[in-house]
Amino acid sequence: MDFEAFWLSVQLAWWTTVTLFALGLPLAYWLAVTRWRLKFLLEAVVVLPMILPPTVLGFYVLIAVGPPSAFGRTYEAMVGRSLAFSFEGLLLASVLYSLPFAVRPFTAAFAGVDRRLVEASWCLGVSRLRTFLSISVPLSWAGILTGVILSFAHTLGEFGVVLMVGGNIPGVTRTVSISIYDEVQAANYGMAAMTSLVLLASSFLAVSVTHLVNRKTL
Amino acid sequence: MAVSSGNEEALEVSSGSEPPAAAELTAEFEKHFPGGTIIQVELRRPADAFSLTVLFGPSGSGKSTTLRCLAGLDRPERGTIRFGDEIWSDAGRSIFLPPQRRRIGYLFQDYALFPHLRVAQNIGYGLGKIATPERRRRIEEITALLGLAGFEDRYPRQLSGGEQQRVALARALVCRPRLLLLDEPLSALDAPTREHLRRQLRHWLVELRMSTILVTHDRLEALALGDHVVVFEAGRVRQSGSVQQVFSAPVDLAVARIVGVDTIERGRVVEVADGLAKVQVGPKQLVALAPPRRNGRLDGDVYVCIRAEDVMLEKKGADLPPGSARNHLLGHVRSLDREGPMVRVDLDCGFPLKALVTNQAHQNMELRERDEIVALVKAPAIHLIVRDRSR
Repeated sequence: MDFEAFWLSVQLAWWTTVTLFALGLPLAYWLAVTRWRLKFLLEAVVVLPMILPPTVLGFYVLIAVGPPSAFGRTYEAMVGRSLAFSFEGLLLASVLYSLPFAVRPFTAAFAGVDRRLVEASWCLGVSRLRTFLSISVPLSWAGILTGVILSFAHTLGEFGVVLMVGGNIPGVTRTVSISIYDEVQAANYGMAAMTSLVLLASSFLAVSVTHLVNRKTL
Repeated sequence: MAVSSGNEEALEVSSGSEPPAAAELTAEFEKHFPGGTIIQVELRRPADAFSLTVLFGPSGSGKSTTLRCLAGLDRPERGTIRFGDEIWSDAGRSIFLPPQRRRIGYLFQDYALFPHLRVAQNIGYGLGKIATPERRRRIEEITALLGLAGFEDRYPRQLSGGEQQRVALARALVCRPRLLLLDEPLSALDAPTREHLRRQLRHWLVELRMSTILVTHDRLEALALGDHVVVFEAGRVRQSGSVQQVFSAPVDLAVARIVGVDTIERGRVVEVADGLAKVQVGPKQLVALAPPRRNGRLDGDVYVCIRAEDVMLEKKGADLPPGSARNHLLGHVRSLDREGPMVRVDLDCGFPLKALVTNQAHQNMELRERDEIVALVKAPAIHLIVRDRSR
């Protein structure tokens, strides 16, 4: 098994999950409480990566981060190297790709918290932020955990987006699913089978856990 | 003015033409809903003196919306809400104080206890930065008053409805709010618990001298809990006054119906003398207290309002001592309905009249349908509402 690729995938999944936790929670909370008329458009954008072919998403990210784009040039000027075919570029693409797997369970969980509990907290003089932390988050823990596990597992196995944005650089952008592809191309079926089994087991475990925690809160 | 000294000026200021305004809660606002519904509210209550105010009216009349606007949970589209010298809401100047800064207590219809916190944590939730000993003292004080000692370690789901209600009340009261807002506080309870808590609730609020505004659609609750009643109908305040005044002298037909006047009949004033009015209702003439004159006239059409409990019944042919009741109406029983310890009697006296007698009286008189009967009504028990022809 290609341990370098496996370790890289775990790192990518970890940083993607951390980013989605930090950005996804406020976004999900806002989506759950806002009465904005155009909210459905933003919801559609969040779900889009589930429907879009990974190559299409990868293509647009590649165009956006490449040196010809303003964003790509600005990043290169500030950091000193290109975002395309780098770990950071991969992270950006992964965050977009796994966005629905984090934000949708988060939003569903927040929407399930009785609005009156939040209002009761406000009427007791407690600020919006503290109400969020001591009422909304604890009462949504199962949905939040689900979003975290799903975005980790989903990132772990991503293929198309990685190939488009990252290429296949060992130790930098070569993830575990790409290594499986390489083994198959080289007719190393035994190696491919072992790596696949690890991914199958970890995915099954992740999905089982999310179903377990969501059953318990019912 | 020949002399003008500083002293006189000072005197002028302190005893000015208007008395110094007492601190008041004044609310004059509109809340608009999608679909065109508009709730219009006018409300004035003392802010610094103890008072129990009931917002009373049928479901959907705007009373809960009013409470939410007072709490800062809903934002009025027009008008102002002031509390003493604080401006809570001024739509014209885009001022809106969030609920956190109004220092009020709010009790939701189904209590909204935090399900993941124990009773003691629920009660202490709003105490925030208060130091632990003081915090513990205040929680102990309120749990003792509301009879919640021993429940501290339970979760809300392990409590009965009545216990949950008391925890929610404790959680609001422990923060010492300046104004307590209660939304249908007893409606989610079963009947025996509701009756018990109705009495207790008033006792606690009086004991703590906790100024309260309470929303209810239940007449018994309004009568038992309120000192002052504000009647809502179709998004408007229809009448505001003491419980006694509103329930015995509704200003118009809508209020009469809402406060549950049992008999409301059209009549016509035919004569006024010595403060008494003779009113023609169907074939009968009734004597009532003359209502205050409007536009200097009192003639023509009125609504005659009579409460069922103000109607006494006598068997026809019984020797009637010369009592004080001015109205003796001969009629017959149309139907009898049990209502707990009372019996509701529908009479036909030339016009439909409803009476309420005790079960005991009903048995002693051996009342049956179609029996001939005499109904006695005192003149002051007949309330007249002048009918506006413009309406």
